[in-house]
Amino acid sequence: MNDLEDLYQELIIDHSNRPRNFRRLDGTAPGAEGYNPLCGDRVTVYLRMDGDIVADVSFQGEGCAISKASASLMTESIKGKTRTEVETLFSQFHDLVTGVDNPPAEQLGKLAAFSGLRDFPARVKCGTLAWHTLRAALKHETDVVSTE
Amino acid sequence: MSTNRNPVLSVENPTRLDVQAIRKDFPGLAQQINGFPLVYLDNAATSQKPWTVIEAVDRFYRSDCSNVHRGVHELSQRATKAYEDARGSVKRFINARNEREIIFVRGTTEAINLVANSYGRSHLKAGDEILISALEHHSNIVPWQLLSELTGARLVVAPINDAGELMLEEFERRLGPKTALVAIAHVSNALGTVMPAAEIVRMAHDRKVPVLIDGAQAVSHFRVDVRELGCDFYTFSGHKVFGPTGIGVLYGREDLLDRMPPYQGGGDMIRSVTFEKTTYNELPYKFEAGTPHVAGAIGLGVALEYLVRLGVDHITAHERELLAYGTQLLESIRGLRLIGTARQKAGVLSFVLEGIHPHDAGTVLDRLGIAVRTGHHCAQPVMERFGVPATTRASLALYNTKSEMDALADGVRRVQELLNG
Repeated sequence: MNDLEDLYQELIIDHSNRPRNFRRLDGTAPGAEGYNPLCGDRVTVYLRMDGDIVADVSFQGEGCAISKASASLMTESIKGKTRTEVETLFSQFHDLVTGVDNPPAEQLGKLAAFSGLRDFPARVKCGTLAWHTLRAALKHETDVVSTE
Repeated sequence: MSTNRNPVLSVENPTRLDVQAIRKDFPGLAQQINGFPLVYLDNAATSQKPWTVIEAVDRFYRSDCSNVHRGVHELSQRATKAYEDARGSVKRFINARNEREIIFVRGTTEAINLVANSYGRSHLKAGDEILISALEHHSNIVPWQLLSELTGARLVVAPINDAGELMLEEFERRLGPKTALVAIAHVSNALGTVMPAAEIVRMAHDRKVPVLIDGAQAVSHFRVDVRELGCDFYTFSGHKVFGPTGIGVLYGREDLLDRMPPYQGGGDMIRSVTFEKTTYNELPYKFEAGTPHVAGAIGLGVALEYLVRLGVDHITAHERELLAYGTQLLESIRGLRLIGTARQKAGVLSFVLEGIHPHDAGTVLDRLGIAVRTGHHCAQPVMERFGVPATTRASLALYNTKSEMDALADGVRRVQELLNG
């Protein structure tokens, strides 16, 4: 039962019940969509870049507590970061939830709350859906930039 | 190991199943999951297997292993006899007229695809309508969509009401001069609704429309008599009725099967082959191309005989009591909404919890040793009908107990404690 409490930490429950940045971003390109056909989780990530920096980010969608909390905490964690910093953070987050590595908590900040996911391999996808969608959104941004 | 025991009826009351004794027949049930005794409530996905089935499959591979219908040698004769005896068991179990009406397939999905491809392609034409209901499993939707694309036929869907029951008048209204086939579940896998199958068949036959019944969720719960139902096709899977995976049954009325072209070509389904012309084998072999799943068929036959020994009516009575008990328990939980509240139900308790996604519920219940299914249950149109993305589904079998229903209800309360922060 302890691993359940590790998984559903207060911070995760809080963000799943009251997700932050849960809205559309006005005036931005249509967001990138993520879908997990296995469980039906859906997420759309909206992104506004200021040069290389994430100026604003938000999301909408429906899914389980893990996927909602992950999307919510992701938006909080990446605001003001550069593309490279976002990539590094995702890679550290990925290592954490898959149990590959134990990145230092100070680098992960609040994302460290997802450490319990490593004991639930079937749920890792719920935790990473928003991040994969964010990557698609970043790539889309790059595409737009590169065509200009 | 215990094998082929006599009917396990309670000593005090001979009309009741002795469930504690029956549980000993199923080795899979006696294990701990995450430190808790397993509470297996995912029977609509697949059922656990009794020793008698496991041993029959084992025995075939150990001592009777051979191909069927070919060899003159002893092993081949044993294999052929066991395989054909299994067909006989199926025939008796669903009360078909004869063995020629029993075709072994991989499962319900293949059975429906066989009918769609063989009967459908040779009998349906552009403008024809295939009538199904709004509570079908994807396997009783998609084969008809594929057939429609191929023939220009059209899929017509009869609606269900808020309880998850077929709206029979609406169904009848859609039965028209263009209806060429009715395909309908006997029991809904997502909701547990028992469909008025006999009445559907009567309505369709009044208009000379053949009926396929998808019995995947029915045969483990109550007595099925294809002659009493009067249906033209009946399908079910072995693994949902305590048999092996990869084996299932298509029952078809002999005169219809006779008029249908083969589904697949290959060995065993032919009488003679030359490069100019091939003549097909007689029923049921015309539809069994290639080496069949011999061990699976034998296991299925043994599973059905096991149910006959327990008494299918006793199983029905036990499950009815269990379902009523479980329904009452779940209904008393605040924030829980049962999805599917038909008057006639079998084996399924599907529900959603306010503010909690089914996948979180499923994870917590699993940690308590309770196996349930979460998701859309391969019935996305049903989820859409009830405005939910997914449900948590507890599905029952003859070996489940009231104390397991208690464990489920306690588990659900634990889910709420953890997730309604």
